Amino acid sequence: MSSHRKLQYSLAINEALHQMMEKDESVFVIGQGVKSPWYVGNTAHNLLERFGEMRILDTPISENAITGAAVGAAIAGMKPVVVHPRMDFMFFALDPIINEAANWHYMNGGKSSVSVVFWGIINRRGEQAAQHSQAIHGIFAHIPGLRVVMPATAYDAKGLMIAAILDPNPVVFVDERMLYGQVESVPEEIYTVEIGKGCIRREGKDITVIAVSYMVHEAMKAAESLAKEGVGVEVVDLRTVKPLDREMILASVQKTGRLVIADVGWKSFGVSAEVAALVSDEAFDTLKAPIQRVALPDCPAPASKTLEDAYYRTAEDIVDAARKLMDYRRTDS
Amino acid sequence: MTYPMDFLHDLYKTMLRIRLCEESFVDPILAGEVTTPCHLCSGQEAVAVGLCSVLAKDDYVFGNHRSHGHFLAKGGSMKALAAEIYCKEAGCSRGRGGSMHLIDPEVGMLGSAPIVAGTISLAVGAALAASIRKDKRVAVSFFGDGATGEGVLYESLNFAALMKLPIIFACENNLYATHMPVSECRITQPISRIAEPYCMEVHTVDGNDVLQVYEASRQAVATCRKGNGPVFMEFMTYRLRGHVGPDDNVQGAHTDIRPKDEIARWIDKDPIKRLEQYLLEHHLLANRMLQEIKDEVTAEVQDAQNFAKMQPSPKREDLTKYVFA
Repeated sequence: MSSHRKLQYSLAINEALHQMMEKDESVFVIGQGVKSPWYVGNTAHNLLERFGEMRILDTPISENAITGAAVGAAIAGMKPVVVHPRMDFMFFALDPIINEAANWHYMNGGKSSVSVVFWGIINRRGEQAAQHSQAIHGIFAHIPGLRVVMPATAYDAKGLMIAAILDPNPVVFVDERMLYGQVESVPEEIYTVEIGKGCIRREGKDITVIAVSYMVHEAMKAAESLAKEGVGVEVVDLRTVKPLDREMILASVQKTGRLVIADVGWKSFGVSAEVAALVSDEAFDTLKAPIQRVALPDCPAPASKTLEDAYYRTAEDIVDAARKLMDYRRTDS
Repeated sequence: MTYPMDFLHDLYKTMLRIRLCEESFVDPILAGEVTTPCHLCSGQEAVAVGLCSVLAKDDYVFGNHRSHGHFLAKGGSMKALAAEIYCKEAGCSRGRGGSMHLIDPEVGMLGSAPIVAGTISLAVGAALAASIRKDKRVAVSFFGDGATGEGVLYESLNFAALMKLPIIFACENNLYATHMPVSECRITQPISRIAEPYCMEVHTVDGNDVLQVYEASRQAVATCRKGNGPVFMEFMTYRLRGHVGPDDNVQGAHTDIRPKDEIARWIDKDPIKRLEQYLLEHHLLANRMLQEIKDEVTAEVQDAQNFAKMQPSPKREDLTKYVFA
């Protein structure tokens, strides 16, 4: 079963699409730019040639109608994957995603489900500014009825895409263009990464770093450097933002008593706030120090590289937060 | 044009079922027994009935906020509809949806929703599914004149036309978007002209004449089945009740901004009365026969009301059931 075949993140997604489209005729891909590597990298490589224009649908720039059409096709029994090459443009599609797809199963008393994947790509950095760089997973995670997955590795990218396609519910699949070159061992066969299950990337006894998407890689770098200072960091990759893997989060925090949460989105009202609230609710007594959050400041993404460097969080920010935790002494007793 | 007797009988009976079912909710709404917002379609029955009479059971229909008639015309159960309006567990959406979320996938009623224009793209998607599967199904999107103010309609028209999808864009123009006359919110008159730039078959139809609706719909469905869709249809019609709930006129206040003489003119064009006249003038159904149908439908509506009122509400502990499939 295990494979030593190496594959890059974007081609892992591509392989998931090839295999699921071959396996199930109801799977199709729709979205702007699926014919163009300029939009979706090589995630769509050879799909059009293999499956034709009725199952690989490049569309006009009409996010609202196209996303709605994917939702409607799902209601009519298909399994669409609708791609938004820049997730900023998904704001045009919030009505079909939120009002319709997310609510559909509930408001129809379970009579109809919407098995659709809303695939949005984060395009961090590159001086692309406020409308080409946003990570809006937190908005989707706020909505009942949506699942939100964010693979950090090639293995998870394939396994979560397949799990998302198989899921009977609407799933928001959020990847990150800067991860497309990441290479690791990816099994050749069809497999799933269970939605709602995190993964411990590195064990440690002193500090838990809960990270998502590319911040997992920053967390691994931070753990490496903190190890040299004798601090053991446990890195938890959430993989799924909603539903959160509560057991894994709480077990790790109960072990270490110190928590840093590293998100790729804004700090206020987002994933880091939600995880902090969960730990406060369920594991308050185990905390040895206040929870630290490493997330984007409440500021639109800037263009200037100088400002980008100030805006995006890195391993250094995680190291700083970890040191703060290790140095913390209670003053009230 | 002659029509089979059974067919005329069914058209008449289905319109009457919708009308009497709608009207049976007036008193419960006024009494506060029904509180889910009910957008009654009394007066607009001919559109749903004439168009759905051409559809096969497995063709797809998506509705909007005013969809009690679409649901019944497509073959949904009156008891399940009534129970949903009372928000009971036996309702078609198990009391989670209320009046504005009506569904019965078994008869191709794929859903309805009150976000204006929100289901148009869903119907496009159902037509896309039919097109990918080559299963010859047709999808119908029912929406009102108000929905023509939403951008997603134009995106949908373009995409459906590009892909030659088997969809009928069925615009029920009842002349008012909630309170606002169509002339105050649309520069393009008649509305059907909005579809012209998208190079599709267009019909402008007297929506209060069920036989005209039927004839135009037959052409439209044939176009879609042949793979020459989409089709845009504008049906001129009028609601005899308020935008939501029974008209304020019922309560004597007349806060409805529609002129009283306009309302009176449209009452004369009542689609059920018109079919009755047609049937009697052409000696197709005798008065006695019409009365039998009325009695039968009255009993069915009473049954549905009784059934719905007696049903239990959803259980408190089931609040979060159905969030996920």
